[in-house]
Amino acid sequence: MEQYSSSHHHNQENKPPQKEKKSLTHKFRGNLKYQKYLFVYTCLLLPIIFYLGIRILPTLFTFNVGFRDWNLLSTDIQPFVGFENYLTLFKDEVFIKSIFNTLIYIVLGVSGQLIFGIIVALLLHKINRFVGFFRVIYFIPYVTSIVAISWVFQWILMGNGIINDVLVNLGLPPQPFLNSPDQAIYVIIGAMIWQSIGFQMILFLAGLENIPEMLYEAADIDGASPWQKFWHVTFPLLNPTIVFSAVIGTITFIQVSFTQVVNMSMDGSGGPLNSTISVVVYIYQLAFRQFDMGLASAATVILFLFILALTLFQMKVLTKKFDY
Amino acid sequence: MKLRKFLPYLILLLGSVVMLFPFIWMVSTSLKAPIDIFNLSIIPENPTLSNYLQILEESMFVRWFINSFIVAVITTISVLFFDTLVGYIIAKFRFVGRTVIFVLILSTLMVPTEMLIIPWYMMSSELGWTDTYWAVLFPGLMTGFGVFLMRQFMEQIPDDLLNAARIDGMNEYVIFFKIAVPQVWPAISALAIFTFLSNWNAFLWPLIAIESPSLRTLPVGLSFFSSGEAESQWHLIMTGATISVIPIILVFILLQRHIIKGITLTGMK
Repeated sequence: MEQYSSSHHHNQENKPPQKEKKSLTHKFRGNLKYQKYLFVYTCLLLPIIFYLGIRILPTLFTFNVGFRDWNLLSTDIQPFVGFENYLTLFKDEVFIKSIFNTLIYIVLGVSGQLIFGIIVALLLHKINRFVGFFRVIYFIPYVTSIVAISWVFQWILMGNGIINDVLVNLGLPPQPFLNSPDQAIYVIIGAMIWQSIGFQMILFLAGLENIPEMLYEAADIDGASPWQKFWHVTFPLLNPTIVFSAVIGTITFIQVSFTQVVNMSMDGSGGPLNSTISVVVYIYQLAFRQFDMGLASAATVILFLFILALTLFQMKVLTKKFDY
Repeated sequence: MKLRKFLPYLILLLGSVVMLFPFIWMVSTSLKAPIDIFNLSIIPENPTLSNYLQILEESMFVRWFINSFIVAVITTISVLFFDTLVGYIIAKFRFVGRTVIFVLILSTLMVPTEMLIIPWYMMSSELGWTDTYWAVLFPGLMTGFGVFLMRQFMEQIPDDLLNAARIDGMNEYVIFFKIAVPQVWPAISALAIFTFLSNWNAFLWPLIAIESPSLRTLPVGLSFFSSGEAESQWHLIMTGATISVIPIILVFILLQRHIIKGITLTGMK
C-alpha cells in the first residue's frame, strides 16, 4: 500500500499536470505556515503570560498603589489620595537625603569604576606577559557575593581592625571609617568601586583591542605625545564602551547600593545618622518595616523616573560626536 | 628605559595586592582561634579548623548553600530555555504581534526590579507563595536582557539554513534545538554564566520572599548570621564569608576564559 502511494507520487512528479502540482505545493506551503504559526504562538504563550503578569501589570500596579493610602497593617480599604504620598515624601528630610546619597553613590561610584577600569585596561594593554594572570586577579571581586565582601570590609576597617593597626604603627591617627557620618559613604563607595573594576576592565580591554594600530602609527608620525594619543585616539574610540559601561554601572549601582549599605553600615539601615542611606534602603524600610506600601510605591516611582532621567542624560552627554 | 618597561607591572602588582588582600585577611581570620584574631600576622600562628566545625554544626550554612544552588540552577535553566526560544522566534519569524511583543519585553528593561518588589511581595502573600522556593524563583524565570541578547545573535543565522531543514521535513522544535541553538552556543554560555552569578549573589528579593531561616539563600543567611547569632564574633563571620566566597572563586578560575569571553561578547553587542 505504501509502496503504491509513493510510486504514485513519483509518477506525479515525473509528468505532472500543471494544475495539480500547483495545488500540492500550495498545500505544502499552507501546512508549513500553519506549523510555523502553531510553533510561534505555543512557544510565546508562557513568555507572554510571564511578562504581562510578572513585569508589566506589577509595574502599573505600583503606580496605582503610589496614589493610595495603602498600609498593610492598618486598614482594609485603600482610598485614592492623589499626589499626597509624593508630597509627604518630598517633605521628609530622610527621603531627600536618600536621593542625594544615591546620586553621590552613582556619580562617584560609576566615574570611579570607569576611571580605574580604563587605567587597569591600559596597563594590561601595555604589557606582554602575565596578562591572563592579572586579569583573573582583578576580576575575582566581581564574582564574589557582595554580602560576604561587605562584612570583610567591616572587619578590616573596624576601630581595632587591621587598617587602623597599620595606621597607628605608621604614626598616623586611627580613623572611624564606617562609624563616621562623614566618612562612611565614601568607604562604601570605595568598596563598590573595588568590586566592579574587573568588570569594567574586561569591557575596556575589548574596546582597546578594537582600535586599529594604524591610528597610533599615524599619530606617531605626527609626533603626538602619549597623552595626546590618549585624548585624541584612544578616548574618542572608546566612547561607545564608556556609554555602555556608564549605563550598566548606574543600573547595577542602584541595586548594589542596597546590599552594600545594609551589610556595611553600622546599624544595617543606612547609618550613622542616615549618612549612607540610599533610596532603595529607604523604600525597603517603608515597605517591609512600616508596611506603608502607598508611600513606598510612590518612592519607587520616583526612583524609576530618576533612573530614566539619568540614563537619558548619560546617553546624551557621553555620546558626543568626535571629529577624527 | 628599563623602568618604563617595568612600571606597568609594578603598578598592576600593587593593585593586585589591594584586590586580593581582603580575601587573604578573610581566610586568615577564619583559620584563627577567637583569642588570636586581633593578632596582626597574616599567616595564623596556630591555624585551626575549629571555626569551620562550629559553623557546620551550629548553623545552617550547608542548607543555605544547597538552597542557593537550587534557586540559581533552576532559574538559569529556565532563563536559557525561554530567552533563547523567544529571541529566536522574534529574530526569525514574521507573525502578527511580533513588534508589540518585542517592545513589551524591551520595555521591562527600563523598569528596575527594585520597583517591582512591592507588587511581587503582595502577590506572593496573596497567592500563598511566601516562604517557598517558588517565591524566590518566579520573578527571575525570564529576563528581558536575555531575550534582547539572544535576538541579536539569532539574527545572524542565515534563513537558508533553517529553510533547508524545513524542506527536509524537520519539525520546528527540532530545527530550534538542532540547528539554531548550536549556532549561538557562545552567547548561550555567556547568558548562563551571568544568570547563575546574579542569582547566586542575589540579596534583595530573597530577603523579602523568605521568612524561615531554613529556606534562606547563602547571601541572606550570611547577612542574618553576621548581624544576629554571630554578632561581633569576627572569627565566625569571616568563616561564613569564606564558605560563601571560595567555591565561586574556584569555579571562576576554572571557567575564567569562558566568563571573560562572555562579557566581551555581550558588551560588544
